[in-house]
Amino acid sequence: MDFTVQDLIATLLPGAVPAALGYALAAVAVAFAVLSFFVAPLAGVTSWLERRVWARMQSRVGPNRVGPQGILQWLADGVKNIQKEDIIPASADRKLFLLAPYVVFSGFLGAFVVIPFGSWLIPADLNIGILYLLAITSLVVVGILMAGWSSNNKWSLLGGMRSAAQIVSYEIPAGVAVLTVIFLSGTLSMQGIIKAQGWAPWDWFIFYNPFTLVAFFLFFTAALAEGNRTPFDIPEAESELVAGYVTEYSGMRFLFFFFAEWGNLYVIGAIAATLFLGGWQIPATIFGVTMAEHPLLKGVLEFAVFFVKAYFWAFVAMWVRGTLPRVRVDQLMAMCWKYMVPMSFICLFGTIVLLVIWPEGNTALTMATLAVSCLIVLYFMWRVVYQIMHSRPTLYLKPYV
Amino acid sequence: MTAKEIFERVNELCPGAATDLDEECLDPFFKVNAASLKEVCLALRDDGALKFSVLSDLTAVDLPTENVIQIVYHLFSYEPQQQIVIKADVDRDASRIATVEGVWKVANWFEREVFDLFGVVFEGHSDLRRILLPEDWVGYPLRKDFVEQEEYDGISTEREPLVPENMR
Amino acid sequence: MSEDAAGTGLHTEDMTLNVGPQHPSTHGVLRFVVKTDGEVINEAIPDVGYLHRSIEKIGEKCTWHGYVPYTDRADYLAAMFANQGFCMAAERLGDVEVPPRGEYCRVIACELNRVASHLIAVGTFGQDIGAITPFLHALRERESINDLMEEICGARLTYNYLRIGGVGYDIKPETCARITAFLDHFEPIVDEYNRLLSYNKIFIERLANVAVISKEDALQYNLVGPNLRASGVQWDIRRDIPYSVYPELDFEVPVGRGERGTLGDSYDRYYVRIRELMESCKILRQCLDKMPDGPAVAKVARKFKPPAGETYVRIEAPRGDMGYYVVSDGSEYPYRVRIRTGSFTAMSIIDKISPGIMVADLIALIASLDVDAPEIDR
Repeated sequence: MDFTVQDLIATLLPGAVPAALGYALAAVAVAFAVLSFFVAPLAGVTSWLERRVWARMQSRVGPNRVGPQGILQWLADGVKNIQKEDIIPASADRKLFLLAPYVVFSGFLGAFVVIPFGSWLIPADLNIGILYLLAITSLVVVGILMAGWSSNNKWSLLGGMRSAAQIVSYEIPAGVAVLTVIFLSGTLSMQGIIKAQGWAPWDWFIFYNPFTLVAFFLFFTAALAEGNRTPFDIPEAESELVAGYVTEYSGMRFLFFFFAEWGNLYVIGAIAATLFLGGWQIPATIFGVTMAEHPLLKGVLEFAVFFVKAYFWAFVAMWVRGTLPRVRVDQLMAMCWKYMVPMSFICLFGTIVLLVIWPEGNTALTMATLAVSCLIVLYFMWRVVYQIMHSRPTLYLKPYV
Repeated sequence: MTAKEIFERVNELCPGAATDLDEECLDPFFKVNAASLKEVCLALRDDGALKFSVLSDLTAVDLPTENVIQIVYHLFSYEPQQQIVIKADVDRDASRIATVEGVWKVANWFEREVFDLFGVVFEGHSDLRRILLPEDWVGYPLRKDFVEQEEYDGISTEREPLVPENMR
Repeated sequence: MSEDAAGTGLHTEDMTLNVGPQHPSTHGVLRFVVKTDGEVINEAIPDVGYLHRSIEKIGEKCTWHGYVPYTDRADYLAAMFANQGFCMAAERLGDVEVPPRGEYCRVIACELNRVASHLIAVGTFGQDIGAITPFLHALRERESINDLMEEICGARLTYNYLRIGGVGYDIKPETCARITAFLDHFEPIVDEYNRLLSYNKIFIERLANVAVISKEDALQYNLVGPNLRASGVQWDIRRDIPYSVYPELDFEVPVGRGERGTLGDSYDRYYVRIRELMESCKILRQCLDKMPDGPAVAKVARKFKPPAGETYVRIEAPRGDMGYYVVSDGSEYPYRVRIRTGSFTAMSIIDKISPGIMVADLIALIASLDVDAPEIDR
């Protein structure tokens, strides 16, 4: 089914409109739709969810006043921030200072061009999809450096410097881990990579061989670092650098940085789901229903599967943030260059060697990898359940009640 | 060692430096004449029997009736466990005394504090600045004759009573 | 200083960072003027005094009884100890005997306060390293202690519980039962902190071998309390210059062992505090068992006039040795009150330790020394 959203919209337009203009209008419409109906609510709800998940881990309540369970808190925050005064420091480099949030934001928003929602729901299935993704997300570092430099504040500068060093370094293990998958799929297109996998876990690239399993975790760790998430949140480490590169920002511009950060969580999860976890793949028949006969149901299910896979990793990132302290800047660099870069190359060459031996893959190896991963996950879940069962209830002394 | 033994040992090491041993009071102390203070402190720290490795506290007491500011040193030793108080009088009007920063490093900040609040100048101190009060503060507040300025940096130091006088 | 440090012929200069007075991890209002070469600190000059409230001068203007509430403010995280130091000094001058039940009430209140104060120290430590969850878990337990304190003395932060000659209010048996319930709840929770924070690989990496304070430096700069013990000096005033009812109690003095790095590093200073939490629980249980009957406060004249004299009283506060040097001239007012606090000397060592460490380590150093701005400035 080589059928895209642009085609759909172009066919809806009257025939008199030239095809190129139709495509341009369609692109604008898609961008608007993705931004307003998906990205903005997604980033907003993620911010709310993160605060709630975090609060739960810290035995607090979290925002629960606006809407049911506080789910509309992000709207209230947005409205509040729009109303705030947009303060520009007198000594700041005014143009760069004003521009920086938009650079960061467009770097993050550009990623959604190639992120699929289903087998035909994708803004543009570029044939260089994953390469484009790595390139456009690097735009974020330019924005952060601009913000750090133009604020004319030493904390911002330190934050920007740290961020640049960190993101540039972690691009390497992330890129090499992505390369591992590209060798397996033989394509750079996001949809192509997903189509090279299947719906069942043993068809996913993560369990293809032990090296891809390691590559997945390398990719996820590096992506956390690129997204400035704990334990790698040193560019905005609030106990050291006040707020890093966002120190001087206020109001809506401040919000744009965090919009990008929260939206980025989903982007990380979406890339991980696409590359390693089989994307939107669902079985051809479910309970006797042939999916090809019900395109709408198929679309909804595909979207649901993809969204759950992607959002699970956003939740893991929140969990990590609630648990771990922050590493120091030199430890961060040492971890990248001394451990993650060599390991990612080992994964790459290991995969290549295995590909040469078994060009079509080896079922026994895949199943063994899957079994080992299941054991690791089960052991981890057992630890988690054990801790939850043995955690102490909150003590209520209530002296005067 | 008892206070008397310490006192005698100090007088042995630095003849004539320590005077006026008072054993009757709660914390036994003796006085040291300001001129030989540093010598006495070094002896107290380094002598094998005394070994006062720690300056527990350094402060001052203003005694306007005798026209002196008394600098009080609380010395302490972990091993053997013993403590002694030594005092040195300085003149209120020309209050200068040698620093003991070279003997115990912690004296640096303690002496800055005494300089800040009493106006005692420690000769040879490496960094004698005000520590708690602002640099442009007038007067030394812990002296008994300290008079509060009417305003500081244009801000009045007086304020209206929170409740009217007759309601108190 | 670092002009052309790398020999490249380029002109370089140190960056001067102004850490504080408003900075998220300066524990109150502290200021450091930090000269850095990139992230590495060449010099960090502490600047204190932003919270100076002239508590010593106020002491000369208050009656003996009237000064007790002011001492709370000397260290609001451990107000009970500030009370106790002054009361003990006044009692020593006025030769007042505190009844045994009063002493036990004091020790119970103080040790609860020590647990609360160490919880803040441990929690904010986690926060400064970037882990926010342990901070809130620590504050959750501290809230229970605040409830207990409210029940004991009616206040949650600045207690004004101790009086010259005893305590303000007797601890009721039902309160004792609730303290026991709290201890039953709290003791296993320390293990939870350990699992969450103390044995966390990143946390250990951040603290081990960072900002090592040798025993000689600790003595030269007169570090006290947990900071001194972390440098390997087994010294606790409760045990070595006993006061109150501590001689009757059985407890250990935790000392730094350098288990994850060098003796006297930031991790040792952290871990000594965790172990002290358990020791305080042990003391509390013994006190609750041994509590005698009788009055909780001695009869002291309302116009308390101790005879002329002076005394220097040292107690073991959570931030170490708190010394009260009190001079009486026989009048209704103290002639001179001097409060010597642990944070003041701990602060002065930062100048010595900081060159060569990174900006992030400076934050860890401040947190590990557990300095508390009101206690420094008084």
